[in-house]
Amino acid sequence: MRDRRRRNRLADLAGRGLLVLAAAVTVAILLALLLYVLVKGLPLVSWEFLTALPRRMGRLGGIWPTIVGTLYLSAVALGVAAPLGVAAAVYLAEYAPPGRLTRLCHFGSETLAGVPSIIFGLFGFATFVIFLGLGWSVLSGGLTLALMILPTVIRTAEEALKAVPRAYREGSLALGATRWQTVWHVVLPSALPGILTGLLLGLGRAVGETAAVLLTAGSSLTIPLSPLDPARTMSVHLYLLAVEGISLERAYATAAVLVITILLLNLLATRLVRRLTPKGGHA
Amino acid sequence: MIIGLFVAARGLPLFLSFGAWRFIASSQWEPAQGLFGVFPMIAGSLLVTAGALLLAVPLGVGMAAFLAELAPAPLARALRPAVDLLAGIPSVVYGFVGLAVLVPWIRSAFGGPGFSVLAGALLLGVMVLPTIVAVAEDAIRAVPRTYREGSLALGATPWQTLTRVVLPAARPGIVAAVVLGMGRAIGETMAVLMVTGNVTALPDSLLAPARTLTANIALEMSYASGRHQEALFATGIVLFLVIMALNAAAALARRKEERA
Repeated sequence: MRDRRRRNRLADLAGRGLLVLAAAVTVAILLALLLYVLVKGLPLVSWEFLTALPRRMGRLGGIWPTIVGTLYLSAVALGVAAPLGVAAAVYLAEYAPPGRLTRLCHFGSETLAGVPSIIFGLFGFATFVIFLGLGWSVLSGGLTLALMILPTVIRTAEEALKAVPRAYREGSLALGATRWQTVWHVVLPSALPGILTGLLLGLGRAVGETAAVLLTAGSSLTIPLSPLDPARTMSVHLYLLAVEGISLERAYATAAVLVITILLLNLLATRLVRRLTPKGGHA
Repeated sequence: MIIGLFVAARGLPLFLSFGAWRFIASSQWEPAQGLFGVFPMIAGSLLVTAGALLLAVPLGVGMAAFLAELAPAPLARALRPAVDLLAGIPSVVYGFVGLAVLVPWIRSAFGGPGFSVLAGALLLGVMVLPTIVAVAEDAIRAVPRTYREGSLALGATPWQTLTRVVLPAARPGIVAAVVLGMGRAIGETMAVLMVTGNVTALPDSLLAPARTLTANIALEMSYASGRHQEALFATGIVLFLVIMALNAAAALARRKEERA
């Protein structure tokens, strides 16, 4: 009896040790990766690196055109995905009768969220670049990215809308507001932090995306002026620098800038989630 | 929502016009000679993904169990957002670190070119860890407290409670986590492309280079035309079908969990 208890205690200790080990290894790997990029890359980042034009395919000089390209593409993506996604979410959360159609919509957006980005790239290439004749351009890339982040935007916006307490809606309707006035003046403002979170998460995905952008926006190193110009984003730039062996140093620096941009975006998003959470309990 | 169907519909005719079986089962990919067999890429995708899961599942579920059951609350609260943040790091960055660190390491430690199935598997394993940890942790936390209390009250140790009561109860959710991770791994493009070497032959060892379905599309799309381009779209369909199947499996697992 006592023997068995001791064995159990030993097994328990060993098991706990195993779990701690698994956690420690996981955290260590992930943090090491992050720190590695930052430590190797940050010292090479300077004001000049951020604002200068690249020379000799990016071997020298800076990454200014790729920053412009990233911003431009993200702006198009967000400009399309935000109104569309929020509208879809408002419809799903406020208007759509629960039933087969709504379920189908949910299934659709869930499936879409699981589709790999390269498939979006293919679709964007076939549809925007070739079929619509937009060529490799900011517009093609931005639209493709918009489709890609749409599921994220819809899902988070819908959840945020659903978390708005019923009493708000009832109060507004009782005061004689129409349904649309209720949605516009009461529900949407209180769901705003949640909606913004979704947009920021989507933005993070758009900024980091490479495969889909490479297929739809091209990889030109010029500064894009019109939406029909081809562009290169930071992530595509990093990919080309690394794979074509152009400059490992510049690649580290680009990676560091990219990682910091995305960490900031995601930090901002989680901040907003935290501000939203206390309200969420009433749903 | 229709977009999902639209993607499938666009590629399907190309796929049918080609001879589906030959496309999937033949292992010669010679676009210049009109030979399009994606079997090596299917094998490459599956091998790399399986390897990634072998690494990520034990580590990820272990970490999830640690976060849900063992870690003191402040530590868990600090670690969870950290893991989430790492899930957001773009795949090119993972790929780049793989290229700069992992590939040379494999080359010097095991020989071979370094660009290999092994490199892809290790890198993907790390990449899907955050997904698996997050979903598995939710599943473990969803197990009712009373199960644990009942088990502990019967004299079971915490470890016995975890392995014989909590984990079995959380199994559908954990399966869903693994399937999601698998989906991410199969769909991943850039990181894999940067470290696996992208040779179109069947890999004969873990240290041999391989090409995945996703890489096949990304690499050749920029210059492909005509039938070659059609074949790349068809590659996309194959990939899409695999992912759909995995999604359906995940949905089933989730439904089972809800019923339980």
